[in-house]
Amino acid sequence: MGSVSWDMLLWAAVESQPVQEAARTPLVVNLAIFVLACFVGYEVITKIPPLLHTPLMSGSNAISGITLVGSLVAAGSGFTAIFSADAAISLLGFLAVVFATINVVGGFLVTDRMLGMFKRKE
Amino acid sequence: MPNIPWELSYLVYLLAAVLFIFCLKMLCHPRTAVRGNLTGAVGMLLAILATLPLALKEGTGKPIGSTLGILLAGLIIGGGIGATLALRVRMTAMPQMVALLNGFGGGASVLVAGAELLQRNLKALATPWDVALATVLSGVIGAVTFFGSLVAFAKLEEYRWFRKPIRYPAQQPINALLGLIVVGLGVASFMNPTNGWLYLGLVAVCSILGLTLVNPIGGADMPVVIAVLNSYSGLAAAATGFVIDNAVLIISGALVGASGVILSQLMCQAMNRSLINVIFGVFTAEEDQAKADEIYAGRVKSTTAEEVAMLLDSARRVVFVPGYGMAVAQAQHAVSQLAALLESRGVEVEFAIHPVAGRMPGHMNVLLAEAEVPYEKLKEMDEINPTFSQTDVAVVIGANDVVNPLARTDPNSPIAGMPILDVDKARTVVVIKRSLSPGFAGIPNPLFAADNTLMYFADGKKAILDIVQAMKEGA
Repeated sequence: MGSVSWDMLLWAAVESQPVQEAARTPLVVNLAIFVLACFVGYEVITKIPPLLHTPLMSGSNAISGITLVGSLVAAGSGFTAIFSADAAISLLGFLAVVFATINVVGGFLVTDRMLGMFKRKE
Repeated sequence: MPNIPWELSYLVYLLAAVLFIFCLKMLCHPRTAVRGNLTGAVGMLLAILATLPLALKEGTGKPIGSTLGILLAGLIIGGGIGATLALRVRMTAMPQMVALLNGFGGGASVLVAGAELLQRNLKALATPWDVALATVLSGVIGAVTFFGSLVAFAKLEEYRWFRKPIRYPAQQPINALLGLIVVGLGVASFMNPTNGWLYLGLVAVCSILGLTLVNPIGGADMPVVIAVLNSYSGLAAAATGFVIDNAVLIISGALVGASGVILSQLMCQAMNRSLINVIFGVFTAEEDQAKADEIYAGRVKSTTAEEVAMLLDSARRVVFVPGYGMAVAQAQHAVSQLAALLESRGVEVEFAIHPVAGRMPGHMNVLLAEAEVPYEKLKEMDEINPTFSQTDVAVVIGANDVVNPLARTDPNSPIAGMPILDVDKARTVVVIKRSLSPGFAGIPNPLFAADNTLMYFADGKKAILDIVQAMKEGA
């Protein structure tokens, strides 16, 4: 598969019969999960005191770095030749891992630092 | 790599999602917040570990350097950058830090959706319409979030070019045009889900749109912008979850999206404006000089450190009202010092925090906490407003629009109806400010000319330190 060129990849010149995927969650199921999770998110955050506005924002922001899961799969897909379609995917995946990890590590650490200051001085 | 069944990974994802819900719940209460944040971090670690076997299975048969190597390199570099940023950032720079982190989340979504598109082409997989739609949404929301966040970061960091919105003719028509192009490319990309060029074009145009949308939004609206971008970064992650068919992304993205929406709502309520108004209704901040002269002429009384020190010395209750100016002057430590001095002399001291004071939700709380002001002293608007009439001295430092009584009295004012701190009800008001220049709303503030107001024209930090000095000498 490494023989597919960059250009062909972007143009989707691979027009042999498309393969059906083995198992994909039906859209309605994923949609149900999404809608229910929206409600959970909305309900779980109750009466947030202004003191915690910033930590909530930076903490939840770190959670949005969960894209890291997808990034890792793309980054780990591997390639055999440097100038191949596989390598292009790996490059995108690598950049995505870097971005998402900055988001995750930076987000949780900065939140912890902030919350550390809120502790009462004994 | 041992062959770990994918169901096990997905069970761990489910556990991670549950931990994220606990994380948000615990972040809402001061006592549990630290543990909440840790809970979230543990959830994330579990999700990463559960992904490793899936990621490596994908690369079976390829050189290990190109699979595990790339993956670890990304984790180490990203982790290093993230940790450095988080540990070195000054507390005053927290708004830009949060903006930047939002952006990286959005950027990752764009990249993952792009990689998945290429992967599908390579494997010649059929792309169902829902995957095509989710890919388009990931690209659009992610790119707008990434570049919008970069502009927000540049504005907050006060880079030279970004101190004022960059002005060019026909801003709104250009945005509308860009919007139309995005819709056009989005539909085209949706209809031809295997065409990478269309996706690339779509992401490029959305990047420009991200720049032009955030560019005109001014300083005082930044808390809303950051909260909205926070929400977007969650939605982008959820959209990517639909692309790669992974429920943990969908759940986490939805949670973050919802929390962003809640914060945006809170911020908008605190300014009595709608979200649409904040994003599109740019304040026409033209100072009415004639009106300002009429209000201020002959009525503004200026004061000195010694006079303020005497006032404070004889006061029984003092309330500090900080605003963005305190952050700019880095005056939080000086203010904390003055507060401690007053308390040591038996004065009751509290801080009045307006919900949108500063440049991000909760900005003043973070700054004052850094300066070791106990958080019981920080009072919310509704709690402190009734107490101003029993307050001897209210010290306003670097706040303007949030204490402007015009919001109550003038229905034609741009800030009409915005809830404000009623400092004018205190016996004496001391306003520390560099000049009579207007705040973000661009309107004069009658408080400065009120009979019970004394203006102390100086840099915030220097002013407070001078007052401390004067009090120590006077004692």
